[in-house]
Amino acid sequence: MDSIKHFIFGDFNLVDAIPKEMVTLGGAIGITLGLLSILGLVTYFKKWGYLWKNWFTTIDHKKIGVMYIIVAVVMLLRGFADVIMMRLQQATSVGSSQGLFTADTFQQVFSAHGTIMIFFVAMGLMFGLINIVVPLQIGARDVAFPAVNAISFWLFAAGMVLINTSMLLGEFSAAGWLAYPPLSGIEFSPGVGVDYWIWALQVAGIGTTLSGVNFLVTIMKMRAPGMKLMKMPIFTWSVLITMVMVISVFPILTGTLGMLSLDRLMGMHFFTAGGGGNMMMYVNLIWAWGHPEVYILVLPAFGALSDIVATYSRKKLFGYPSMVWALAAIAFFSMIVWLHHFFTMGAGSEVNAFFGITTMIIAIPTGVKIFNWLFTMARGRVRFDSPMVWFIGFVFLFTVGGMTGVMLAVPALDYQVHNSLFLVAHFHNTIIAGVVFGLFAGVTYWFPKVFGFTLHEGLGKAAAWLWFIGFAFAFGPLYVLGLMGATRRLDHYAESTGWQPLFLVAGFGAALIGVGIVCQLLQVVISIKNRKKNLDKTGDPWNGRTLEWAVPSPAPFYNFPAIPNVTSRDAFWQAKQTKTPLWRDSDIVDIHMPKNTSIGVVIAGLAFVVGFAIVWHIVWLAVVGLVAIIVSVIVRATNDDTSYTITREELLAMEKEHKQRYTA
Amino acid sequence: MSQVKISTADNRTLLGFWIYLMTDCVLFGSLFATYAVLHQNTFGGPSGQDLFELPYVLVETLLLLTSSFTAGVAILAAKAGRKKQVIGWLVATLLLGLSFLVMEIVEFQEILSSGYSWETSGFLSSFFTLVATHGAHITIGLIWIGVMVWRVWKLGITQGNLRRLMIFSLFWHFLDVVWIFIFTIVYLMGVIGI
Ligand code: HEM
Ligand SMILES: [Cu+2]
Repeated sequence: MDSIKHFIFGDFNLVDAIPKEMVTLGGAIGITLGLLSILGLVTYFKKWGYLWKNWFTTIDHKKIGVMYIIVAVVMLLRGFADVIMMRLQQATSVGSSQGLFTADTFQQVFSAHGTIMIFFVAMGLMFGLINIVVPLQIGARDVAFPAVNAISFWLFAAGMVLINTSMLLGEFSAAGWLAYPPLSGIEFSPGVGVDYWIWALQVAGIGTTLSGVNFLVTIMKMRAPGMKLMKMPIFTWSVLITMVMVISVFPILTGTLGMLSLDRLMGMHFFTAGGGGNMMMYVNLIWAWGHPEVYILVLPAFGALSDIVATYSRKKLFGYPSMVWALAAIAFFSMIVWLHHFFTMGAGSEVNAFFGITTMIIAIPTGVKIFNWLFTMARGRVRFDSPMVWFIGFVFLFTVGGMTGVMLAVPALDYQVHNSLFLVAHFHNTIIAGVVFGLFAGVTYWFPKVFGFTLHEGLGKAAAWLWFIGFAFAFGPLYVLGLMGATRRLDHYAESTGWQPLFLVAGFGAALIGVGIVCQLLQVVISIKNRKKNLDKTGDPWNGRTLEWAVPSPAPFYNFPAIPNVTSRDAFWQAKQTKTPLWRDSDIVDIHMPKNTSIGVVIAGLAFVVGFAIVWHIVWLAVVGLVAIIVSVIVRATNDDTSYTITREELLAMEKEHKQRYTA
Repeated sequence: MSQVKISTADNRTLLGFWIYLMTDCVLFGSLFATYAVLHQNTFGGPSGQDLFELPYVLVETLLLLTSSFTAGVAILAAKAGRKKQVIGWLVATLLLGLSFLVMEIVEFQEILSSGYSWETSGFLSSFFTLVATHGAHITIGLIWIGVMVWRVWKLGITQGNLRRLMIFSLFWHFLDVVWIFIFTIVYLMGVIGI
């Protein structure tokens, strides 16, 4: 009897899997209720058909981009809930008080926060923007492999669901966002948390690799005629270089997670303390992916800001070629610095010196970029709309983060502050001020292109300022605490340290950021309510320079009725100056568009099942899931009927409709 | 027999697949790197010198290399539009690949039956993982050949089939190259003891 049960359910047992800790249980109940009410609402309003047809099976890159961003925003709230818990714990858990959470819960919380913020917030915002913008910027109708794009998104979503399932059924990993062994090995983390972590990232990471291939081919092969590489908009350049990095390092993550999983599931000895394993190999591999990863996140943010600064300064970008070279240089050097994350491994002074110096070198191309942005603004008629406000915060705060980074790159200094709150302050300083602010600016900037109306300015600016000031209060104290000797991941400290006031200030900062997030949510709600007042009737609300602004807002699903001919860098700006249209009605011909497909949902759903089955050791289910994935791939790959034709007449009619929408 | 043309969309697919292979290359790269770091860590278990039989592996290698050749011939036949030949050469590739896979499984079986496994040592963990990852790729390739034989049989050499055959052959040659590295780094250097 027992063995049959074990065969069917593996290690899964509902009673044991339900969280016992009050906080987690509360969170789990909250998530379940939220989910049920959403499902209920969709059913009540009979929207399943609409959702399925228009969203779940879509291959429209703009809609896929929107879905990425929705997931990222929901996960931002989840990650921020973790922030609140961490701030509460560290503010109260001093001396005889043990704080609100047990040490184990606290560990799950910071692991969840780091993992979710990096993989599902920052990556989600980034791929959301890339999806929305890149095809439009290069004058293409879609990406190179639209169905693969849908698969990528749905794998990302499946990873997200898997990692959140761990809160409902089982536990979250307590091994930190990078799960170093031996702590993450089966001996010290016997529960399912680390397995959930592994398979959520595995599923999402494979989606990312596929996206890397997809956008690389899209940019290499689908640019409008005349758009030479050095005539590409700078955002597209940043994406091209980022995608090269994605394909170079994400497979390392796949391999590393795979090996960690084999250690845990099959008793192998890659990274174990005994049996001839080598845990420093894990640390090397994970950072060989991890360091480039942070540049993968920040380069598109740089690219978005470059376009934004040029547009709002009403000038062409200063030093375009040097911007491109700086991106390439940063990408190159970012691949040979990974060891700075473990100077304290004791690799010897020559090795540490090499990696310290390569790390410092990255500051040079980054500095070039900062100066180019400032020179672009110099003598421009700069308009400080909210994307520019985000940019201002970015320039000041990111520069601080860069400078503390150079400090950490000095091995001797790193020995003092390694794994301290100084480090935590540093990387938030670059990742929030660089990645998050940059992507927020981008979302605000390109929002009308997808939705057809602009976002509320006042609330946008208020949110930006709350984030800046909140940031200073939340992380300024952490620099000081780090220098005072506070290590990261502390669930408790002694009263005699005198740290508590600083932790309280940090808590106040986080609260300010929280108010900023509330402003952003309000901004979206109010903008939707007042959308009639903020309609983008021209398709070019900011007096833009690049091709995406040449089409109406919201952009039609086929993007361009005819593929534009590009002659200069700021193609749309040029067209406006010379008053020559980018295409004429006579250029319009029949076009082929990809058909919607359920393959993304199917494969990702199966990937979720496989992940879940492996986590709980349900062998038959994992096998069935894998076979089903292979079969679905074969069915899809042998299907030749994947596109349909839109005739010239239909296109002309739709174009006329777009033109007349606001003139009537 | 008419020649089949390659379109821009096909070129896109070829480039995309080529880039995907590069990502696979990086994946194997991390497995090779790990093997290089762990291969001395026998932890009291057997070493490569104890386990590997070069002549046996040489036969495996020859099987795989020949299958790469037959796959190449199949593509040439496809470009010339000769349906029957395509099927013939594909079946030959399938059989050769299958024999390779069987030999690999037998080799694993022998190690297991002498009482060692991937649990024995870091060396054997990385050995099994590296070689079996290649083997898993070969398995996918075999399924792919099967599907292609069936499709060519049913539909003939359409443009879509030609494109699929071409990316298959990229895949198959790539696996050949990876195997050469496995042969050199794992087996050859293992037997020599470096
Ligand atoms: C919204 C404001 C944020 C605040 C106030 C905040 C605060 C914190 C705190 C208190 C910790 C734990 C520090 C410790 O170890 O003691 C932490 C860890 C971390 N945070 Fe954030 N964070 C924020 C946003 C983000 C974002 C946007 C990202 C990434 C995109 C991020 C990535 C991480 C990572 C990777 C860790 C390390 C987790 C670990 O130790 O395993 N955080 N954060
Ligand atoms: Cu780094």
